Amino acid sequence: MESTEFDIIAEGVTKSFGNIQALYGIDLGVRKGEFLTVFGPNGAGKTTLIKLLATLAKPTSGRLIVANHDIKKEPNRVRGLIGVISHEPYLYGNLSALENIRFFASLYGVSQAEEKAVDLIKRVGLESRMHDLVRTFSRGMQQRLAVARAIIHEPKILLLDEPYTGLDQHGGRIFGDLLRWLKSQNRTIIMTTHSLTEGLGISDKVAILDNGKIIYESDADGVEIARFKEIYFEIIKA
Amino acid sequence: MKKIWAIVWKDIIIELRTKELFSSMFVFALLIILIFSFTFGFSVEFIPVAAPGILWVAFTFAGVLGLSRSFAIEKEWNSILGLLISPIDRSYIFLGKMIGNMIFVFIVEAIILQIFVLFFNYNLFVNLPSLLLVILLGTVGFVSVGTLFSAMAVNTKLREVLLPVLLFPIIVPVIVSSVKLIGVILSGKPIAKAGSSLQILILFDIIFLVICTVIFEYVIEE
Repeated sequence: MESTEFDIIAEGVTKSFGNIQALYGIDLGVRKGEFLTVFGPNGAGKTTLIKLLATLAKPTSGRLIVANHDIKKEPNRVRGLIGVISHEPYLYGNLSALENIRFFASLYGVSQAEEKAVDLIKRVGLESRMHDLVRTFSRGMQQRLAVARAIIHEPKILLLDEPYTGLDQHGGRIFGDLLRWLKSQNRTIIMTTHSLTEGLGISDKVAILDNGKIIYESDADGVEIARFKEIYFEIIKA
Repeated sequence: MKKIWAIVWKDIIIELRTKELFSSMFVFALLIILIFSFTFGFSVEFIPVAAPGILWVAFTFAGVLGLSRSFAIEKEWNSILGLLISPIDRSYIFLGKMIGNMIFVFIVEAIILQIFVLFFNYNLFVNLPSLLLVILLGTVGFVSVGTLFSAMAVNTKLREVLLPVLLFPIIVPVIVSSVKLIGVILSGKPIAKAGSSLQILILFDIIFLVICTVIFEYVIEE
């Protein structure tokens, strides 16, 4: 795979925790500006894959290149280029929305942090709650603020780990709109989810991960949801 | 440096809002001093001998309560992962958390000293600079090891139990040296009379501050 064309390259990536093998020889390439959704049931290894890409864990073997940087050799370079949105907001409940974003901006060395933080909080629709403590926010509001946290340093790559978890329909719709906005900015995005409808609609490419292996990979264009569901359930049943 | 201070600032703001660390440390320290004051009554002859031990029991036991909460606040919303995915050296995270803990423990120690004077009616401040120096050195050693073990213990179910079990055996040289030094200071003798205690304390601080800063990266990952 050409590293100039791809933002994320995984070559034979394995990960084990003691005797438990979480990932088996993952080979994956995500082109610049592409949106890949990785589907899979619970325990498939989706979160482990995101943790490796986010430099929160190291692969047991294999090579993982993010924006031309090997995550084992240059983890801090990679960290500056990625943003992570998980099912947990990674925020501080006893700080206000603005304090949270300002704090993370300072960790990333963002210049004009205050202005950028305010702009982003407005963009995610939390302007009126900017000075309120985050622990008073609903789950949907926390997740929108997590988007602001993840992009305060303008990362070119976004990693989303089950971001719809715990969101109600309204919250999910608002979050979906934010995702489309992020995609429109030509960022490279990897999302893991077990929700087929939410993932398929927005993706350029889809993959199915089961028992630590990528079983299926395809362009999302022209894949019908009904057909994709059949494929998915066939794979995870096998 | 700015990133370290950002972490310190964040911890101070959170503590000012929740008062979780201060309230538990303060109440616990107050109880310790109260119990000892009843035990020794107002027997003035015992106080110079017992005071260093009483003070360090109060400092360390109250401090452990604060240290155990230090990383617990990072785990509440898994905010620690927000720190770990940011492009800062792990040692900066350790130093930020350690400086924050030091500030909290120093404030509680200052209050404990006042309470001690009040309850025992005994002037601790005959040689204030030396007293503060020993407390500073002792606290640096205690808090640096405590911050590391707090990070280690936070992922375990028994973190409140595990932290003191891990911490106290390691900080024995700090406690023993600090108690000896304060004993010498309160008896009005020059600090050199405490033998090698000051050197042990300084050496412990340097060695463990470096070791804890370096190995924090391995403790906090995976």
